[in-house]
Amino acid sequence: MDRGVDLKGIGVSPGVALGRVLLLKKTEYKIEKRQIVDVGKEKSKFLHAIEQSIQELGFIKGKAIKTLGKDKAAILDAQILMLKDPEIVLKTVETIEKEKINSEYVFNRTASEYIVVLENLESEYMRERASDIRDIIERVIRNLLGIKKVELSNLEKETVLVAHDLTPSETATMDKEKVIGFLTNIGGKTSHSAIMAKTLGIPAVVGLGNVTQLLSDGDFVVLDGAKGELFIEPSEEIIKEYTKIKKEQERVKSELMLFKECEGITSDGKKIEIFGNIGTPEDVAFLLQNGAEGVGLYRTEFIFMDRKAFPTEDDQFCAYKSVLEALKPKVVTIRTLDIGGDKELPYLNIGKEMNPFLGYRAIRFCLKNHEVFKTQLRALLRASVYGNLKIMFPMISSLEELLEAKKILAEEKKKLTEKGISISSEIEVGMMIEVPSAAVISDQLAKHVDFFSIGSNDLIQYTCAVDRMNEKIQHLYNPFNPAVLRLIKTVIDNGHKENIPVGMCGEMAGDKELIPLLIGMGLDELSMSASSVLAAKKLVKSSAYEKLKRRADGIANMGSVQEIKAYLDIRG
Amino acid sequence: MQRVVVILKNETGLHARPASVFVKEAAKYKSDISILTKGQEYNAKSIMSVLSMGVIKGEELMIIAEGEDEKEAVDALKALVEKNFKWIGV
Repeated sequence: MDRGVDLKGIGVSPGVALGRVLLLKKTEYKIEKRQIVDVGKEKSKFLHAIEQSIQELGFIKGKAIKTLGKDKAAILDAQILMLKDPEIVLKTVETIEKEKINSEYVFNRTASEYIVVLENLESEYMRERASDIRDIIERVIRNLLGIKKVELSNLEKETVLVAHDLTPSETATMDKEKVIGFLTNIGGKTSHSAIMAKTLGIPAVVGLGNVTQLLSDGDFVVLDGAKGELFIEPSEEIIKEYTKIKKEQERVKSELMLFKECEGITSDGKKIEIFGNIGTPEDVAFLLQNGAEGVGLYRTEFIFMDRKAFPTEDDQFCAYKSVLEALKPKVVTIRTLDIGGDKELPYLNIGKEMNPFLGYRAIRFCLKNHEVFKTQLRALLRASVYGNLKIMFPMISSLEELLEAKKILAEEKKKLTEKGISISSEIEVGMMIEVPSAAVISDQLAKHVDFFSIGSNDLIQYTCAVDRMNEKIQHLYNPFNPAVLRLIKTVIDNGHKENIPVGMCGEMAGDKELIPLLIGMGLDELSMSASSVLAAKKLVKSSAYEKLKRRADGIANMGSVQEIKAYLDIRG
Repeated sequence: MQRVVVILKNETGLHARPASVFVKEAAKYKSDISILTKGQEYNAKSIMSVLSMGVIKGEELMIIAEGEDEKEAVDALKALVEKNFKWIGV
């Protein structure tokens, strides 16, 4: 049925939004060098613009402490100090007097010198401060030229943000209460704006092509972040239909909110940990809002992406520490670097591989690049005292790899201890089970780790030899495949024989159709995206383990997906 | 002229918050205050200058003050670094 969808993009964050558009334009200005006559007037114009900028930042800071927390507020504080900095303000004034040149040119030149200095510093954190200088230069020059700009941190009403793409600084400062949707020209499922939208629970459609040209400020739009659909100035009928959908979604959501504080325990008293997956420290807030009982998978790859060189130990330490502190005393399971496969680093040339998923990735890379691996392990060990850390190795396919990774970890631990650096004595060390060979010898591996976490996406693709990116064979990628389920059962039983818990992180763990089966098979922990946590808790609360166990035992002798699905009464 | 050597103990180096606290404290004094580290001199009253030092944990800073309140300035800034910038909130 044609419902008159105006534009189709990639739906990256589910939910429906109806509202008016705010177009995020880059402030464009040209800084020209001009000779001036009235030096006094130029000086007072400049100082006025500085004063105005300080006031603006003071206002944003006042709001930021509440919405963004102290760290972000400290950055705004540093920006205010930059505007009072004698090295740039006095120097600009002096240069205006001496050279009789216009203030925007002089200020830009003077402040930009520090961008170069900071960009050459070793610490990523400091290099990021260079963007703070860019921000203040832009702010002052805008005020000098009298250009108005939308303050994302101070929106008056609910807004659908429309932009070519959203930058991290834009998403970090925006008023999360007022932004009800994102629409962007470019991007895909893993682009920054997509991840942020999902993390914050804001409906979003990306990859819309030229949406910034089609829309202008104040246009009314309806967007569906699950289907990736956009309606521009839609008919009454569509508005009615979507208002209804939105109300229904809100009702379901508020109903689920009742489970936020509940523990994941079945009706007959078996504890199932309901954890969340995160990619960056920014994801923590939404995770907690959704009642996750801990982090079952912190993908550290994001710290390594979107940059020009490997992150330093301190850069990593800061990220791990902030997550551990925010969740304390809850568990935070941090997975060591998993690059390669579909995740490439721009500054690391591994070279094209025939079969990247069967290639040089994750622990295989780390065990050949000791410095990268050790740097991460040191950052993790140092951060361990700030919370409840578990370290997890990805892509282990043999006992030798596991033992080598553990040996390197022990060495780094010893070195740090000798230096007098305190490390938590309770760090658990575990591994992912995502390669069939590891699943098969999980009885042996279990003797050497504190926990297993099954990575279902890779386990399915490796067990069934199905490239999960290849659309032609999508029908073969199926979590109900009996071979996959048997392997999972083997891993759970082998883990339990050695008294270690077995969890799962991956799409399967958040799937409502699979959760009852997984619990019945004996899984102790499920880790999923934040938006699935509440529904999973509800499901666990309303299930009886003994019943699910008997049901799960019944699939032991089944040989096909159809048979299993029919038995579990799952359609499709 | 007063001078004193301190070692930075802050885990994450002199990043935005401690740098801001330090510069604000320095600005309270009339003396000229500078920091000597890694063979270069920086203006202690300039946030840009302090951030550009790029100092990390364990590195040495020499705080130098010259002026009517040089003694107080050096003492206060030394204490600030040693107490990990904690006693003045942002």
